[in-house]
Amino acid sequence: MAVRKLAGLVATLLATSFVIFGASYAAPGDPVTFLAGGKENLTPEYLAAIRAQYHLDDPFLVQYARWLGDAVTGDLGRSMQYNDQVFDLMLARLPSTLGLVAYASVLFVVFGVALGVLAAVRGGRADSAVVAGTTLATSVPSFVTAAVLISLFGVQLGWFPVMGGGSLWHLTLPAVTLALGALAIISRVTRQAMVEQRELDHVTVARASGLAERLIVTRHVLRGALGPIVTMCGLVTAGMLAGTVVVETAFSLNGIGSLLVKAINTHDFPVTQAVMLFMVAAYIVVTTLVELLQPLIDPRVRRRA
Amino acid sequence: MVLSVEGLTIEAGGRRPILGDVSLTVGRGEIVGLVGESGSGKSTLARSVLRLLPRHSTVSGRVLVAGDDVLTMEPGALRDLRATQVSMIYQDPRSSLNPVRRIGDFLTERMVFTLGRPKAEARARALELLAAVGLREPERHMRQYPHELSGGMLQRVVIAAALAADPALLLADEATSALDVTTQAETLALLRRVQAERELGMLFITHDLHLAAAFCDRVHVLYAGTLVESRPAKELFEDPRHPYTAGLLACTPELDDPRPIRPIPGRPPSLDDAFTGCPFAPRCPHATGACEEWRPRPVTVPGGSAACRLVEV
Repeated sequence: MAVRKLAGLVATLLATSFVIFGASYAAPGDPVTFLAGGKENLTPEYLAAIRAQYHLDDPFLVQYARWLGDAVTGDLGRSMQYNDQVFDLMLARLPSTLGLVAYASVLFVVFGVALGVLAAVRGGRADSAVVAGTTLATSVPSFVTAAVLISLFGVQLGWFPVMGGGSLWHLTLPAVTLALGALAIISRVTRQAMVEQRELDHVTVARASGLAERLIVTRHVLRGALGPIVTMCGLVTAGMLAGTVVVETAFSLNGIGSLLVKAINTHDFPVTQAVMLFMVAAYIVVTTLVELLQPLIDPRVRRRA
Repeated sequence: MVLSVEGLTIEAGGRRPILGDVSLTVGRGEIVGLVGESGSGKSTLARSVLRLLPRHSTVSGRVLVAGDDVLTMEPGALRDLRATQVSMIYQDPRSSLNPVRRIGDFLTERMVFTLGRPKAEARARALELLAAVGLREPERHMRQYPHELSGGMLQRVVIAAALAADPALLLADEATSALDVTTQAETLALLRRVQAERELGMLFITHDLHLAAAFCDRVHVLYAGTLVESRPAKELFEDPRHPYTAGLLACTPELDDPRPIRPIPGRPPSLDDAFTGCPFAPRCPHATGACEEWRPRPVTVPGGSAACRLVEV
């Protein structure tokens, strides 16, 4: 069971690595011209030397195999732009991105679930207000949210710094921007799952045994709705790991996302490939974790497994 | 009286009420049967004793448990009544338990959260109850989840939970209908035993008139939300007075009885069938034109009453 699962993960990673490598290979523009630097360097001999250095004349599959072999042993290559190990470049930027995603996840889980519970339990106007508010928050693009938050809390009120990272304080506005987009989906899933659970017979049975309504909500309705809520939170978090680009750029955060944008703009293939591979791997890790949590949430899954 | 229902009428938007002017009583140590086809309102009656009413319904009449009207009491008193005085056992034990919580949680939950007992004491009591309902490995069952137990075992767990607060009244709503025959017999024996030991009043709801006649002291037959016959079980079984009761008894096959099976013609009325006279008249083999006009009222017969014009004349 565990072996099959692991094999599946490796196969997924392998397939995506191929797509990622193939995409950068097929992308327009020749990295050689960027590697060569200025126009004055564009002599045929120099270009040929670079091609040889980066093995750019080898067949596609040979290049892929070499890259994959290096990547498996932990060597992600050297950045063409920074002339630095890709691994070190990413390691330096990882804390910013992971911190940002973790902060945003805490925010959207806490507030998303709370709003969903409120909508499900209160119904009526509270329900409509939650749906309208979260839908609005989600439909505003994150660069607009970022601009509004910066001008309001950063410039006019001066409560939060508007650029850079390094502390929770710095990460607050970016994390709020990122979390706002996820609020609607989490609160909607929470509300829907709770409404479904509330109709079940055992909830009526609990009510008939004299349990207070508050305990019915926490011990039975919310507890029963936990499966879909955790799954959705996991998927959204996983998606965020690959979706911090806009927010990092808007708040000048030096994270993985902005590294990727710069690498694409400068045709820095090793960095582009490594960052994308990391994003896919992170997605797979998070979704796998969510899957591993399911048997803990619902004992019935344990038997099926 | 443990339970006294007086003129209970529940309307929920159909063309006729779900329950129309129903009165019945359950005394201490007494098993009272409530029999009817699906849709006759028997479950609605049982649930109204816990004030679990259909949505958007209007209710009149009184439901007295130990003298207090359930329909008008304060929310706190209602929770108290549900927790300590009245327990219900449901048709499907599998859907009565939260599938993601352990059996032990189900049993101790109401003791800890509604009766305020310490956890250790609740646990000890739960083990005691599981043993009392005939489960051999209480320790193991406490740690198990509902899907790990059979339907019969789960119904025992539900009965154990119902006894947790030492209630005065048990409502058994088709408590054995979803179980297979041998489990059904065991569960009935268990119900009878705990009922007798604790001198509980029990409202036993079933669609099976033969079962009710064998199991109960008195039986009420419900048709289209009204009581059509209310009599001691033995007399009802031997000499049914209402044509509907007679029809129910005649439509079950018996081994050494050469009579052909005679199902009651037609179908049970829905909430959108309104009646000016006797609701059973359209399906009744003895009905005359006058039955369509006759407003049913209880007519005294030996041991109880039957709501039939033909009994009156």
